[in-house]
Amino acid sequence: MARTPTTTDAFSAVAEGSRRELLDVLGTGEATVNDLVQRLGLSQPQVSKHLAVLRAVRLVSVRAEGRRRWYRVNGPALQPVYEWARSFESTWNTRLDRLDDVLAELQAKEKKERQP
Amino acid sequence: MNSTTGNRHGSAVVTLPSDDEILITRAFDAPAELVFDAWTTPDIVKRWWGGDRGEVTEAQVDLWIGGRWRWVMTANGGFEVAFSGEYHEIDRPHRLVKTEVFELVPDAEAVSTTTFEEADGVTTTRILIRYPSQQHRDAAIASGMEGGLQVALDHLEELVRQTV
Repeated sequence: MARTPTTTDAFSAVAEGSRRELLDVLGTGEATVNDLVQRLGLSQPQVSKHLAVLRAVRLVSVRAEGRRRWYRVNGPALQPVYEWARSFESTWNTRLDRLDDVLAELQAKEKKERQP
Repeated sequence: MNSTTGNRHGSAVVTLPSDDEILITRAFDAPAELVFDAWTTPDIVKRWWGGDRGEVTEAQVDLWIGGRWRWVMTANGGFEVAFSGEYHEIDRPHRLVKTEVFELVPDAEAVSTTTFEEADGVTTTRILIRYPSQQHRDAAIASGMEGGLQVALDHLEELVRQTV
C-alpha cells in the first residue's frame, strides 16, 4: 500500500465529507453530474470539482455515451482505503499490546534493580 | 506468562460514545504513574505507538501547558503519518488533555482526553477523542485514523463489495 504523502491520494480524497457522500451515491449506480447535483444538493461546479479530485486518484471513472458522461465508483481503488479503515481497532490493539509489553518490561527491570 | 510480556493482549475496546467522539479503553497491569510516563516519555512512546503499522521516527513531547507534541511514524507502506498538537492539561498520573491533528487533515483538530485510573495495581486507561463534528470524526475514520467503525466504514464496505 505504498503512497506518497500528498493531498491528492485516495486517502485524503475520502477524508472530505462531500466526496464520501458523492461516493455513496455513485455506489448505488452510475450517475451523471446532473443526477449528482440533484441528489446531493450541491452546485454543479462543486460536484464537478469533487469529481475531478476523485477521478485524479482513480476512485471514480467515467464513460461517455453520446453527449452524456456517466460516472461510477472504481471499487479496486477504494480497497486500500477500506483495508486501512477496517484495521483501526486492530491498530490500537496492537499499539496498546506493545505498550503492555513495554510496561511489563519496565516493571521487571525496576524489580531487578531494587534487588541487592 | 513471561514477566516481560503483557497479560492483556487484544483487550482494547473501541466505542463511539457520541456522534463526535471515539473512546478507546484498555487496562494495564502497572501503576498509573508508569502508564502515564509511557505516554509522555519520547523513548517509551517510540517503542509502542507505531504498533505493527510502522516505525516511530519522531516523538516530540514538550510536557507543559501549551507545549507541543508531534509524533511521526513511517508506515510500512513507506509513507509518513504525522500527528501533532498542544498539551492543555497535565495532571500526572491521572489525566492528560491535548489537541490532536492528523497533519493530512489539518482543519480537523480533535481534543483527546486520556485518563489513568488505578485500582488494585491495574490501571484502566481511557482515550477519548472528540472531533469538531460528526463529519470530522467520520472523515477521520475514512481517512484511516480511526476506522473499524460504523457508518463511513459500512458505506465503504458496501461500495467495495458492489464494485470490486
